[in-house]
Amino acid sequence: MSRDRFERALFRWLKPLVILVLFLVTAFPFFYMVTLSVRDIQELILERGSIWPRSFTFDTYVNVLTRQGFVTFMRNSAIVSVISVAVTLLISIPGAYAVARLRFFGRRQVHFLFLAVYLFPAIVLAIPLFVLFTMLGLRGSLLGLILVYVAQTVPVTVYMLRNYFETVPQSVEEAAAIDGCTRLSTIWRVVLPLSKPALMATGLYAFMIAWNEFLFALLFLLEKRESWTVSLGLSQLAGSIEIPTTVLMAGSVVLTLPIVIVFFASERLLTEGLTAGAEKG
Amino acid sequence: MTRTLKQRENRAGLALISPTLIITLVVVVVPLLWAIMLAFQDVRLINIRRVGVFGHYTLENFAYVISEPGFWSSLVNTLIYTVAGTALSIVIGLVAALALRDRFKGRTLVRASILIPYVAPVVAAAFLWETMLNPDYGIVNSWLGTHIAFLTQAKGTFLGVEVPVALLTVIAFEAWRYFPFAFLFILARLQALPGELEEAAVVDGATPTQRFRHVIMPQLWRVVALLSVLRFVFTFTKFDDVYLLTGGEAGTGVVSVRVYDFLTARNDIGASAAQAIVLALVLVVFLALYLRFFSGGEREQG
Repeated sequence: MSRDRFERALFRWLKPLVILVLFLVTAFPFFYMVTLSVRDIQELILERGSIWPRSFTFDTYVNVLTRQGFVTFMRNSAIVSVISVAVTLLISIPGAYAVARLRFFGRRQVHFLFLAVYLFPAIVLAIPLFVLFTMLGLRGSLLGLILVYVAQTVPVTVYMLRNYFETVPQSVEEAAAIDGCTRLSTIWRVVLPLSKPALMATGLYAFMIAWNEFLFALLFLLEKRESWTVSLGLSQLAGSIEIPTTVLMAGSVVLTLPIVIVFFASERLLTEGLTAGAEKG
Repeated sequence: MTRTLKQRENRAGLALISPTLIITLVVVVVPLLWAIMLAFQDVRLINIRRVGVFGHYTLENFAYVISEPGFWSSLVNTLIYTVAGTALSIVIGLVAALALRDRFKGRTLVRASILIPYVAPVVAAAFLWETMLNPDYGIVNSWLGTHIAFLTQAKGTFLGVEVPVALLTVIAFEAWRYFPFAFLFILARLQALPGELEEAAVVDGATPTQRFRHVIMPQLWRVVALLSVLRFVFTFTKFDDVYLLTGGEAGTGVVSVRVYDFLTARNDIGASAAQAIVLALVLVVFLALYLRFFSGGEREQG
């Protein structure tokens, strides 16, 4: 058999195997997370190797949401994430437009600043912010957390949006200007409607950062239980022996599910190109 | 006096970018400068209000941090963790991208599944691993018929060789969680490659491995180099993953967890800042070395 035939046969056989392994390695843990969350703790102790529950129970969810306070944590996480997304977009839309379209003093240096912030280690930033928020009495408040999340996402979102704004044909904007639009109303009426996929991507990015973030939530909110985010709540309760693992697994599902839904729902929207044909007609 | 169009554009640009600049300056740049100042002062949370810009500057924090036990081992741990985590996540990401390059039935499902470890919150992922790897009731030990404490055991023997169990587990977690990141980058690049080159290689009789080695890989070096830098920088200063999995115990103490311990457990802000600055400096040195050696090599490959 020639080398070519041998290799083709090998890869024809190897490829499905690799795909299967990748699928199992990524899907199985989360499948296990869900099935464990609807089991009674007794079942886990008696049959530690089983992957399918003998009997389903949703008491774990009732327990984690009410007694462990996850409803409050979810509310906090939702507040932090939604406000972070809104403020991030509000700040980065004009910023990205300026970088994409307008020649101003220092435009080139802005990129360097953004790259630096993107690569900048959060752990270094954590120290002065921890001290500052302690001094200002902002520890335990969600406001401080939102401020940090926005500052960390804005440089990246400006960059993402700028790339997209540059693809909006200049002639469409000029047409709007001739029709009497000011610069701001051009952004509002022409650029933004054409940039919906990019706005979705940007919002999603900001949401993911805010919902998943752990270090700053730990540093700023630890002492105040009623301000905990879901991530912080789960990490703190995971250490306690009194709460059954299956209840905490229900907490993990509660933490993971929203972000997975948001991610896959908007990923589909992202693929819909909206600029196609804008310049015609 | 009327302004020129150019001046007006300049003004409008500055006005629109200013909210972005203000928030990054206030929350990132100024705190960074302050962190550097704190590293050279004797600051604790109790005396913080008495410390000013013109306070007493000293190198004591650095001397203290370096002489503390575990300083060098934490640097070594960080380096092993970072290099292994970066390399593994990129290699697995590359394999995944190659496997999912062509269409097949169920590709969308597999692609979605691959992205979940990266999209899921780190706290949930870490807790899931902790549960699955638990020596008493974890499913992995149950299936293997063993009682290995993957996350709390510093050393163990595997086939007669002594291995750092917890460190390897943390590295595996890193690879599992971040290979989707590499996968996304590499897949996007793969799908943008022009098909002609490969077709020509097929006509010339190149086997699949030869095509990969001489046609595909040369076109991927740039994205792999970019990924190496990004993953190295992110992993080197990563705190969440190690802290959540092991708390920095069992031979997994990385520098970022030490920074956190100095800050919270000992309330020693100066030492914490000094430790963080050391971390950042070492990172800069590695980046400089990397760019020096690899940007030269990349040019040779075209």
